[in-house]
Amino acid sequence: MDRRIVIGIYIVLTIFGAFLIRLWDLQIIKGEKYRTLAESNRLRFVETPAPRGIIYDRNNLPLVRNVQSFDISFHREDLPKDNMSLAALGRLIGLEPEDVMARIKKGGKGSLEPVRLKQNVTFKDVAMAEARRIDFPGLQVDVTVSRDYIYGQLASHVIGYLGRLTLAQANSPEYDDVPREAFVGQWGTEKNYDTLLRGTAAKKIIEVDAVGRVIKDMGINDPVKGRDIRLTIDKNVQQEAEKSLLGSTGAVVVLNANTGEVLALASAPAFDPNLFAKGINYRDWQTLLNDPRKPLLNRAIQSQYPPGSTFKIVSAIAALEEGLITDSTSVNCSGSINFGRRFRCWKDGGHGGGVDLYRGIVGSCDVYFYEIGKRISIDKLARYASDFGLGKPSGIELEGERSGTVPTTEWKLKTKKEKWYKGETLNAIIGQGYMTATPIQMARLVSSAVNGGKLYRPHILKDFFFENNTEKSVNLKPENVFLLKRALAGVVTEGTGGRARSSLVNIGGKTGTSQVIAQPEHGGGNAEEYRDHAWFVAFAPVENPEIAVAVFVEHGGHGGSAAAPIAKNVIEEYFNCKLGKDECGNEEPVPQNPDPGT
Amino acid sequence: MIDRRLLKNFDLGLLFVALAIALIGVMTIYSATRPVLDAEQQSFYLKQLNWIGLSLLALFFVARLDYRLPLQLAYIFFGIGVVLLIIVLIAGRIGMGAQRWISLGFFSFQPSEFFKIFFILAVSRYLSEMEQEAELDLRKLTKITAVFLAFPAALIIMQPDLGTALILIFIFISMVMIFGIRKKIIAVAVIIGIISVPFIGNILFQSLKGYQKYRIVAFLDPGVDPRGIGYHIIQSKVTIGSGGFMGKGFQKGTQGPLRFLPERHTDFIFAIFAEEWGFMGSVLLFLLYLFIIIRGFQTARVASDKAGCYLAAGITSMFTFYFVINIGMTLGMAPVVGAPLPLMSYGGTALLSNFISLGFIESIRMRRSCLSY
Repeated sequence: MDRRIVIGIYIVLTIFGAFLIRLWDLQIIKGEKYRTLAESNRLRFVETPAPRGIIYDRNNLPLVRNVQSFDISFHREDLPKDNMSLAALGRLIGLEPEDVMARIKKGGKGSLEPVRLKQNVTFKDVAMAEARRIDFPGLQVDVTVSRDYIYGQLASHVIGYLGRLTLAQANSPEYDDVPREAFVGQWGTEKNYDTLLRGTAAKKIIEVDAVGRVIKDMGINDPVKGRDIRLTIDKNVQQEAEKSLLGSTGAVVVLNANTGEVLALASAPAFDPNLFAKGINYRDWQTLLNDPRKPLLNRAIQSQYPPGSTFKIVSAIAALEEGLITDSTSVNCSGSINFGRRFRCWKDGGHGGGVDLYRGIVGSCDVYFYEIGKRISIDKLARYASDFGLGKPSGIELEGERSGTVPTTEWKLKTKKEKWYKGETLNAIIGQGYMTATPIQMARLVSSAVNGGKLYRPHILKDFFFENNTEKSVNLKPENVFLLKRALAGVVTEGTGGRARSSLVNIGGKTGTSQVIAQPEHGGGNAEEYRDHAWFVAFAPVENPEIAVAVFVEHGGHGGSAAAPIAKNVIEEYFNCKLGKDECGNEEPVPQNPDPGT
Repeated sequence: MIDRRLLKNFDLGLLFVALAIALIGVMTIYSATRPVLDAEQQSFYLKQLNWIGLSLLALFFVARLDYRLPLQLAYIFFGIGVVLLIIVLIAGRIGMGAQRWISLGFFSFQPSEFFKIFFILAVSRYLSEMEQEAELDLRKLTKITAVFLAFPAALIIMQPDLGTALILIFIFISMVMIFGIRKKIIAVAVIIGIISVPFIGNILFQSLKGYQKYRIVAFLDPGVDPRGIGYHIIQSKVTIGSGGFMGKGFQKGTQGPLRFLPERHTDFIFAIFAEEWGFMGSVLLFLLYLFIIIRGFQTARVASDKAGCYLAAGITSMFTFYFVINIGMTLGMAPVVGAPLPLMSYGGTALLSNFISLGFIESIRMRRSCLSY
């Protein structure tokens, strides 16, 4: 045992010997070299974010571009010690010495990353800073590339915005390669496709001399620009939708009825993503957050309201497919029916006798649908609603989507701890009561109803192959789809949706009004907050549907007056552009905000 | 009261050298965290001074204690240690990407730091109770490995704390080597080791966390530098090399305070010392460490019983491995695995553990047989 310990001691001595040789090599032989490196030369670690990918609309029009801007940073270790020079540095870049110190302190640990003193400086400031480089070796002018959203608010809820890395992101492996000062997508497409758009930041170790001049670059990896992406959004249709919504609160969704591509998705009021491009300031952020009209809310996917009479599309299809009614089934509308209690038709005098499916839809006769409601169970109706995509998120690649509600007997037992009353089916069948939906769900519903039952997942990225894009196919009977389309066309030509009538293309549609509760009791009369919400869903052309539209206007009043004209504008814009007409484009005068009162 | 004979045998030299290194450590910590970029001096050095005080008390306590008492309880300590390692995995506090700490509210500690001592105690006890004449054959070796090493090492790797696990393995190997292993086993192990290096190396490499992989890649080729770790190695060499023969002088070093060197007051503290005290100072420091190591091994030789011998040898091996791994890393001769320099690096738990270890050495030394054999 003793012998083995002695061997151990010899091994230790050998290792010490090796350490001494290495130490001799580093300190004596190469000592001079390292001394110069440590004293006059400085190694710096520099990371530059790559330019982000460009976002194009479906016709390859850029919606955003990258612009250069100049920032002034300072390397901490070269910070002047005396107050005089500190003041001079402050004067040079237009900051108080205390501000300079505060910023330097705030910059976090580690001497390697320079501290950003001032952003977005002018060319004049850049020239001044460069000229005084000799006095302030730590000064550094960075050229950064930032975002310019060319059309301002256009499609802001689709495009989203940028922001600095959050603390959670900085610690997550997903953002490992992102420099700490970089901006990344924090909402919308900018966030969801951030990994594509982001690119790869440049990384290098540079050796600089005492005046900050770069002597040598080491370990460079060049920046790789982010990937460009193309959206399904059509800039012109989007612009038209936003123009038509101007001044009101609401949303427009335009879908390709046969693919699920989102041609336009507008939510009003919108916001300007340019505010976020260089880091939003506190005041602007608070203004956005505290705005009672909530511009950051994406109403197209986040606001859920009773779909009102637009839901009658589902009711009609369900009744036809289940064989509960035929084309010729007719009822007599006296203005109300009795079913446990009194259920009123929206039209006080009633629609008279002989109201069949066509007249029931065209006149939006509630009594006609109450009759269906007596014959169908809520769970059967709910199955059709969910076949058309209600009650669950549409799956569009935007966050925060709400799912709406499709009530069933089970749902009521679970959430209200109460059994379902048959009378409630009569509310549900005209789209009131517990039933709620988002605008995108309604656009999807119309697509599916007029294309024969195929339910697509709406998407906004164009050049992507969605293998599972068809979510469900229910194969509606063609004759039923025909009856429905004929009736919806009638709504526009001779019914409640007359204001959507277009000389350019045959439009079919359905109006809807979502009741704002307790209107008369509040005595509010026609005050805006007591006015009903307006819905209009549409598709065109009637003969061979290409696009489906859902319009929702908060407190807009009746769907036929507030929402239908917007749908018409948007559809006409689409076909004008498709036919290459002059009317397509940005020059069109801003249309008057449709008067929701009538 | 303490036996006069025991007191006579207390090794003042060992105590003074250890204390000297620890104070050099405080000095270097002070210098490394000088307020060049920060508004004021950071209080690391004061905290370290407090820990030294506490550690001294611990050393005296352990030295006064007959080391045979903890050896009696060795298996219980070992069991408690394993339980703590399991607790830290379940309820430990996560810091620096690993789950190594147990928080008791007012202070937190790393169980793996103390587990090493429990481990050495248990293995010493076991080896001392084995028949001395026969060298270990494969069956016995496997048994000891399975009982003492495999499970705790796996727990520590899961934290993950590869550095500590490796040290545990090294300590184990050196202890059984001192006991004696059949030459055949050693020969076969060496051959298998050499052959399987590429395979095991690859498997180990794949199982490493991202940052650990980078450390090894950066060690093999600092120029590649995927994450700036090669940069750390370069900076460590620049720091040491710039010290030259005589050093820049106390508080004259620039690399630490300017934050060019990461971990300047913990793992890379030797670089700062070498920058300020040069080749001369470094050689002197090495001699101080060498003194402690040789004293430790000598204690193993003069211990009055076998258990004391293994205990002294195990503790000294641990101390030596930390020293070798840390200095090797700082000099750019070994990969960067976060191992502190014993007695010098900032950190209370490690310092306390170092002094307790030395307390054991003193305890064994004080109770050595009058006649060394």
